[in-house]
Amino acid sequence: MSAESNKSAVEENPAQASASEDGGDRARGMLRAIAESNALVVFAAIVAALIVGSVLVIIANEDVIDAAGYFFSRPGDTFAAIGTAIVDAYGALFRGSIYNTNADTFVDGIKPLTGSLTLATPLILAGLGLGVGFRAGLFNIGAQGQVIIGATIAWVLGFHVGLPFGIHLAFALLGGLLGGAIWGFIPGVLKATSGANEVIVTIMLNYVALYLLSWLLTFDAFQIPGSDNPKSPNILDTAAWPKLLGDNYNLHWGFIFALVMAGVIWWLMERSTLGFRFRAVGANPHAAAKAGMNVKLTYILVMVVAGAMAGLAGANQILGTERSLTADIAGSIGFDAITVALLGRSRPFGIVGAGLLFGALSASGPTLQVQAGLPIDIVLVIQSVIVLFIAAPPLVRFLFRLPEPRIVKEVTA
Amino acid sequence: MTAVATPTVQAERSIWKTTAVFLSRWKAPIGYSVMALLSLLVFGFGPEPGQTTSFALSQASDAVQIPVFSLPSMLTAIVLSVIALGLAGYSTYATYAEKKVGVWLPIAFGLAFMGALLTWAGAGRDSTNVNITGMLVSGVFLAVPLVFGSLAGVVNERSGVVNIAIEGQLLAGAFLAVIVASVTSNAYLGLVAAPIAGALVGSLLALFAVKYWVDQIVVGVVLNVLVIGLTSFFFSTVLSDRPELNQAAAQMQADGGIVLQSLPIPLLADIPVLGPVLFDHNLLVYLMYAIVIALQIMLFKSRWGLRVRAVGEHPKAADTVGIKVNRTRVLSVLLGGAIAGLGGAFFTVANGLSFAKEMTAGKGFIALAAMILGRWNPTGALMAALLFGFADALRIQLGIIGSPIPSEWLAMLPYLATIFAVAGLVGKSRPPAAENIPYKK
Repeated sequence: MSAESNKSAVEENPAQASASEDGGDRARGMLRAIAESNALVVFAAIVAALIVGSVLVIIANEDVIDAAGYFFSRPGDTFAAIGTAIVDAYGALFRGSIYNTNADTFVDGIKPLTGSLTLATPLILAGLGLGVGFRAGLFNIGAQGQVIIGATIAWVLGFHVGLPFGIHLAFALLGGLLGGAIWGFIPGVLKATSGANEVIVTIMLNYVALYLLSWLLTFDAFQIPGSDNPKSPNILDTAAWPKLLGDNYNLHWGFIFALVMAGVIWWLMERSTLGFRFRAVGANPHAAAKAGMNVKLTYILVMVVAGAMAGLAGANQILGTERSLTADIAGSIGFDAITVALLGRSRPFGIVGAGLLFGALSASGPTLQVQAGLPIDIVLVIQSVIVLFIAAPPLVRFLFRLPEPRIVKEVTA
Repeated sequence: MTAVATPTVQAERSIWKTTAVFLSRWKAPIGYSVMALLSLLVFGFGPEPGQTTSFALSQASDAVQIPVFSLPSMLTAIVLSVIALGLAGYSTYATYAEKKVGVWLPIAFGLAFMGALLTWAGAGRDSTNVNITGMLVSGVFLAVPLVFGSLAGVVNERSGVVNIAIEGQLLAGAFLAVIVASVTSNAYLGLVAAPIAGALVGSLLALFAVKYWVDQIVVGVVLNVLVIGLTSFFFSTVLSDRPELNQAAAQMQADGGIVLQSLPIPLLADIPVLGPVLFDHNLLVYLMYAIVIALQIMLFKSRWGLRVRAVGEHPKAADTVGIKVNRTRVLSVLLGGAIAGLGGAFFTVANGLSFAKEMTAGKGFIALAAMILGRWNPTGALMAALLFGFADALRIQLGIIGSPIPSEWLAMLPYLATIFAVAGLVGKSRPPAAENIPYKK
């Protein structure tokens, strides 16, 4: 990926700018640095995605289609209908994810923002784990299964074990972490011992986890007493995350926990010996082996860490957001987290940002559906277009006529 | 990490290494033995003495009828398990003597194991027969999208481009096929349109992966999300407003349209068992046979195939002798996309169904697994895809017989089998060397 090339361009440009004596040159140098920065590419990518989204909004809108039918007699109608459709759609997007301008009080108005943060929590946690894997050169598609196993174990410990408040929560979280870690260990150890491709094994383990959970949900121990539905009772209150902003909002302390874990993963990857080893193996496994690192053991450890984070995401869903176990507990967290990790370029703080963006986009889904009559799937299109464009900075530069970076260093991440 | 390792660390490493070497050498015999013993204990000694299992080989419509026959369950399952044990023993001997084992061993082992499983499941159920032919027919049919998907993967990856977007290409093919078929009231035109949709997705893959050097796996994953998003969006808006654009075969036939019909091949289709299994399908299945044979020959015997493989193994060398690396890759990606798109038609027009959200349900990923199991080889991919198809058919068959195994475990079976196969039986498979590396002059 060209993540490194951009970073190096940004880092080296200020020096060039300050080296020149002329004030005009300096200003140009600064502009150039901004133009070549990641932030601008990200912004341009988001703009491009919103444009693509607008096209879909227009195609799906009945008023626009009707007005287009008599386009040549009254073209103004078509443009007016297009304008209304787009304003409606993005207005709904904003009201559903940030602030509901239709609400009477601030307390109600800010509810969508807290909803976005709640939805961002598991995406950040699972994305952190996937990011670790990507930087170590392992493509783990198994976050979905790891989330499921983490959630299942967290629910068992949260419901079937009695412990005092706080300890119980920590215990259930730890169980979720271990569950995910075990589900990550399997592909890791298979890759290390037999060279089994981790992409395949993790895909298969997603299905295995899903069917394992559906099977468990047929037992009485996993069902609400007196009911035969595949849905479990709520976990005990002693194992639940307390609400962060009072009972009015769904947002819980799990969100803060996710932010803390982002710090922990940053420390692991950037400051610890283990993280160095992970990055070295990712950059060049042969060189890492020559330098005396045990590459196979590293693969196992990477998968364990990645699985543990996804397991925590699952545990967090059970202990904070959902509280009861269903076959759909993981939703599409594991797959969305892949795009989150890619968008965040596998860096912890980038992943937090990407998680917040995706959390907001998914939170707006119901409002889009109700207020603008748009299917929630448009969010998927916007998400994927953003990631595609961000991954291809040269394309974005070409489309938006941004200047080429002066220095391109070829480093594969 | 220090370069100088302490003695304890070294000792630890050597133990680690010895265990890993031992496991990687003996994993196949160990795997076979464990499964054969399981088969003997559970399936062999499971049925009560005196119970029988009845098997049906003919279907009602067949020209040559073979009567239903019954076998003593316990004896049959034990014999099959002992055969499996013998095969495990041969595998142990081959590993010891460092002999190469052919592909017949896993196939024979799989047949013995499946036979024992079916005998056990059907034991003492007088009212139901184990319908072997029906199971095989549905196995071939269920394998169709997997075969097309894995062939698409083979073509792409042989040229050095990883194709994770098979799922998206199948879905796009399914989507466009049904729309074109509905608009023109002709399912065969749907078959023509499906490859175009797949190639369109392929063109995006080529644009980002070949032209802009974006990580190929990233592009593939994101393209899947994009296609799921787009098709679901149009399904919920345009197609739900205009149901005439998304018709099932029954509806089309009622309106006088042309639908895909089973085209039995004269004479061949009358062969007992083999006839209905292989030679009594619709056009898409025959296209599948043709593409497998064509690709196998073209990839390994033609100038085009040599170029594609050269570009995938050593692009620089290929470039030196005048092969246009990126152009070859773009064309391969488009061809692969078209093949996967055609496979997508399975879900809608070939099945007689209308389009539904995310109807490919992860089949593209299974196809990816089939490609790797088949070692990037068209016939290998076909075999692996058939294995998945038969596993799926077995699950359905066991559901009909009513087996003591929970249905969730049966559903898990193909996925577990893949993990075992990838880790144990196939071992280290070597992808094309230049895979996922953009070529920059």
